[in-house]
Amino acid sequence: MSWEIVIGIETHAQLTTRSKIFSGASTVFGAAPNSQASAVDIALPGVLPVLNRAAVELAIRFGLAVGGTISRRSVFARKNYFYPDLPKGYQISQYELPIVVGGTLTIASGDAHKVIRLTRAHLEEDAGKSLHEDFHGMTGIDLNRAGTPLLEIVSEPELRGAAEAVAYAKALHGLVRWIRVCDGNMQEGSFRCDANVSVRRAGDPVLGTRCEIKNLNSFRFMEQAIAYEARRQIGVLDDGGTVTQETRLYDPERDQTRPMRTKEDAQDYRYFPDPDLLPLVIPEEQIERVRATMPTLPGARRAEYVAQGLNAYQAGLVTASREMADFFDRTVSGTPPLAPTEVANWIAGTLSGRLNESNLDISQSRIRPDQLRTLLLRIGDGTLSAKMAREVFDAMWAGEGDPDAVIAQRGLKQISDAGAIEQLVDEVLAANPRSVAEFRAGRDKALNALVGQVMKASRGKANPAQVNELLRRKLQV
Amino acid sequence: MLNSTLCELSAALERRAISSVELTRLFLDRVERLNGALNAFITVDAQRSLGEAHAADQVRAAGGAGPLTGIPVAHKDIFCTRGMLTTCGSKMLADFVSPYDAHVIERFASAGAVLLGKTNMDEFAMGSSSESSFFGPVRNPWDRARVPGGSSGGSAAAVAARLAPAATGTDTGGSIRQPAAFTGVCGLKPTYGVVSRYGMVAFASSLDQGGPMAKTAQDLALLMNVMGGHDARDSTSLARDAEDYTRELQTPLAGLRIGLPREYFGTGCAPHVLARVREAIAWFESQGAKLIDLALPNSGLALAAYYVIAPAEASSNLSRFDGVRYGHRARAYGDLADMYCRTRAEGFGAEVKRRILIGTYVLSHGYYDAYYLQAQKVRRLIARDLAAAFARCDVIMGPTAPSTAFPLGANADDPVQMYLNDIYTIPAPLSGLPALSIPCGFDGAGLPIGLQLTGSHFAEARLLGAAHRYQQATDWHLRVPAETPL
Repeated sequence: MSWEIVIGIETHAQLTTRSKIFSGASTVFGAAPNSQASAVDIALPGVLPVLNRAAVELAIRFGLAVGGTISRRSVFARKNYFYPDLPKGYQISQYELPIVVGGTLTIASGDAHKVIRLTRAHLEEDAGKSLHEDFHGMTGIDLNRAGTPLLEIVSEPELRGAAEAVAYAKALHGLVRWIRVCDGNMQEGSFRCDANVSVRRAGDPVLGTRCEIKNLNSFRFMEQAIAYEARRQIGVLDDGGTVTQETRLYDPERDQTRPMRTKEDAQDYRYFPDPDLLPLVIPEEQIERVRATMPTLPGARRAEYVAQGLNAYQAGLVTASREMADFFDRTVSGTPPLAPTEVANWIAGTLSGRLNESNLDISQSRIRPDQLRTLLLRIGDGTLSAKMAREVFDAMWAGEGDPDAVIAQRGLKQISDAGAIEQLVDEVLAANPRSVAEFRAGRDKALNALVGQVMKASRGKANPAQVNELLRRKLQV
Repeated sequence: MLNSTLCELSAALERRAISSVELTRLFLDRVERLNGALNAFITVDAQRSLGEAHAADQVRAAGGAGPLTGIPVAHKDIFCTRGMLTTCGSKMLADFVSPYDAHVIERFASAGAVLLGKTNMDEFAMGSSSESSFFGPVRNPWDRARVPGGSSGGSAAAVAARLAPAATGTDTGGSIRQPAAFTGVCGLKPTYGVVSRYGMVAFASSLDQGGPMAKTAQDLALLMNVMGGHDARDSTSLARDAEDYTRELQTPLAGLRIGLPREYFGTGCAPHVLARVREAIAWFESQGAKLIDLALPNSGLALAAYYVIAPAEASSNLSRFDGVRYGHRARAYGDLADMYCRTRAEGFGAEVKRRILIGTYVLSHGYYDAYYLQAQKVRRLIARDLAAAFARCDVIMGPTAPSTAFPLGANADDPVQMYLNDIYTIPAPLSGLPALSIPCGFDGAGLPIGLQLTGSHFAEARLLGAAHRYQQATDWHLRVPAETPL
């Protein structure tokens, strides 16, 4: 009997505010320990939280982007537990009444699309960091991160398998960056996912016992961790055992998950509404104001590109980020506009290849949209052959400047002058009577040899289409 | 000078009858002489006080003096004070020097007042007797064998014994008003949100409110002019225009509707307390006020609701005292959990532990609905009763506390008996309403009795006005304890 893998994902997306969610301290990553911890962040006696309105706007932005309901009234609650990097002894979060309820995210699932429902998204503060390695026999506490605004986004358990879970995480990652609510930097911990994984017999309506896997700080680890965990649970069940509800940690070194804490030692967080903060009331006008600043979302943009003739793969790639889509649009538009499919071929092909090789983001591309545009124009007007264009592209990537400069510098201008080409053709025909005879005898392939000779004589600059046409005309007449 | 009101002191300073340095020295000397017996102050820094007094004299010389410039004021040791110990009466913070000033401290500093010292209090403001302080109990100046009430007992005793012309306190369930009543001084708990809680060590955030303690209602009004007002650093601070709390001091009493809740005049109150309170109310009636019989049917539930909500919030508010970043930390410990356990076991006193345990219990999974949520519902019922009452009256009057000051140790083994002290003072904070206590006489043993006036939201000026009229006709508030003669 086959097993079905059921996954729900909880994501902590760090919001792109300049200051913390309840204090004025900076959120910039990488400062000296505790240099960005204010009196509020270190929880001195008597200090009080003041909500950063910018974090609220970003949460609204996210809610609108996923089509969720923005709660007109939401409540901050205290989640109480003791830990040295949690200065107040409680985390301010939202519990019963989150700022965003519901919403959906469309993910790629094989060749098709699947709509995943979201449970909620709520605002909360991050904790600090415990540094266990830096001091012998002691733990250091860095509270720079304490109070950093987070949006916790919770999906319904509607993902089936590691691949879908990763597709979800990537789609969410793309979306939060697209709408500029999170920088998505996974190395710095700006986008962190936990996966709730369970398995059940195919067709069983009841969910199996789940395990929560933490520490999934890359898409690859997420895929490996979920695949391992599902295998582990199936193994336990196949052996007649039962899965224990617990939190597990993924160890990428060993490619396995191991238990962190079980349900029995799960804490009672004693949530209650934070009396230091008033309920968060969001007027309709504020929601509308945020709505007015929303960019076209990736889904809508993807549909536009498909309508322009891009295939699903190209449309997906071009809308992988807002920077990529903008790069594409800037390349296409102008006078004269370029064929979107032509541009997509270059971006999805040569440019993406180069970016991947160099591990660069589109925003770090060594070729600007206007340069790519000029390059494609030079192909269109016959200045460059496809082969020459690739050479120019490589030269630009190497930093040799604009396409026209490269063309001039390298003398790459294609010969399209009919007279010049005819002269070369006549010389080649005169010098290769054998090939001519073979062609006339019906061996079509002999023409290729003649084209090759003409191109060689032109040192590659003759327009191949013109050469071809001229040879055929001369040989058949 | 020692028995002068703030207005009189201000006038004396203005006509140069005395300098702030002289005035401050006068009170510092008295503190030095009498504090040993009363234990009203935890910290006095004479040099700092005199420095501030000197600066105040210069401000006055330059013509920049306000009503409080150069006047010494004592602050409850719950207000964070930069560069000074802020202990909250606890071993946990016995060595804590605050790196910042509370909003209230800033306000008094910018008004030119002189910080006279930090007053003793029940540990973390939890108590009604000022006996739970790590720094020892405060004594009632009227009878040193008795408590001054609490938790602002140090401030109350300081004002009563004329060690300070005025002081600040905080009130969560009666911590300003009950000690005011026990020591024969005036104390106001403002409407929730009028005085910023920034820098005030939190006990129960939804109830805590700072307020003034002084000899007269008029003095309270002057102090409120300094303490009140919006502060963006406290999200529960109300964004309202600044108001002049002295504006109703001359308002006549004719037509004032005084509500008298049956429940406040029952068998739970000592007869001599009721007798003096009734006499005071009769005086108001003689001035043209109308007496209105009221019922507050849910007031009997207030104490129970309070002792669920306040400990719940306290259990969370006090979690930050974990020995990690500041405050007491156990000297020897095993692992992290052991560090927490020992630190908190050593750092907190019995009453604080009791309330943390109660609060943790009522918030726990499976008990939250039955206790915390239920208490919040009761809280709303009580607020609704009071709102209905204020549709029919302007001021509710009654006793501040059910008895006069009790002997030290009298309630040591019976926390519930101790909690019953707050029975009349708890409804106001549960409803966010302003309430004030003024002296209205003495019992047979010569112990002061307090009259409580409760108003609707933002009715402070009206309450102070009524109290001021009463004090124009009586002198209870000017009596000085025999044990601390002028």
